[in-house]
Amino acid sequence: MSRFRVEVLVTPRPGLLDPEGGAIHHALASLGYDEVAEVRVGKAIYLEVAADSAATAAARVEESCRRLLANPVTEDFTVTVRGEA
Amino acid sequence: MRIAVITFPGSNCDQDCHRSVEAAGATAVPVWHREISLGGTDAVIVPGGFAHGDYLRPGAIARFSPIMTPVVEFARAGRLVVGICNGFQILCEAGLLPGALLRNRSLRFQSHDCALRVERSDTPFTSRYREGQVIRMPLAHADGNYYADRGALEELESEGRVLFRYSDAEGESTEEANPNGSLNRIAGIVNEGGNVLGLMPHPDRAIDLALGSQDGLPLFESLVDSVHQRTPAQMAAAEGRALAGTAR
Repeated sequence: MSRFRVEVLVTPRPGLLDPEGGAIHHALASLGYDEVAEVRVGKAIYLEVAADSAATAAARVEESCRRLLANPVTEDFTVTVRGEA
Repeated sequence: MRIAVITFPGSNCDQDCHRSVEAAGATAVPVWHREISLGGTDAVIVPGGFAHGDYLRPGAIARFSPIMTPVVEFARAGRLVVGICNGFQILCEAGLLPGALLRNRSLRFQSHDCALRVERSDTPFTSRYREGQVIRMPLAHADGNYYADRGALEELESEGRVLFRYSDAEGESTEEANPNGSLNRIAGIVNEGGNVLGLMPHPDRAIDLALGSQDGLPLFESLVDSVHQRTPAQMAAAEGRALAGTAR
């Protein structure tokens, strides 16, 4: 059994209004970063997971995303195993 | 008649709901979220607040509290359930109501009175109102921006499941009267079976003129009337529709 560092990124679904992203986009533009075309704000969740393999760790975390960590109505998620802890 | 009022760690409107139920002539039964039974109560209210600190998303953790298993069974059996504010968010997370409550368009915590248009009076929650009646009550939330995908939204509208809509004082539901960016200016909806209501504004904070409005009281009185009058056939029909909705 090893411990894996797993990163979960939860992001608003494409097309979903993201007022926080809009506010940051506006602030960036006012600082002169006119090249920024879009800003979306999500959240990162870092887990350490005991599992036999990276694949098992990823599968368990993906299941937890569907049940709890992301809202399937409004959010997408990606799960990445970053290595052993 | 006994109506359960659930308390989660972080609930802060359970006492308001308790008083509202008693003002409507029923007995309020406080139920802690760690309980695994509703104790034979006749209806359930999931009150407002910040259950589990709203961590992750409002309602995301509360929906896994032990009491939610019997609450979901109760709702699936066609019995009457009301979620107010955070309670609405919890019922959405629990899959009892469609859609989700996103961060307010303003990015601010909105706390003020609002006007609502009652869209239907032929429901268990609105029988004491008139269709088209404009009522006033407070709202207080950061995440009340109702969202559902296009299909779910069309279903809500075509099936007449929007019961309360933000409006101006004349009952015109305009974008200027929309406090949070909700799609179609939706303030309150019911499930497929019509037996589960969720709304963001606070009828429980509008049951006495000393609080500025008593427009919320008829909602609780309607609920109490409905529990008295509800027949097994109505419950079975609601159960059938609720289960059909689950299967989708």
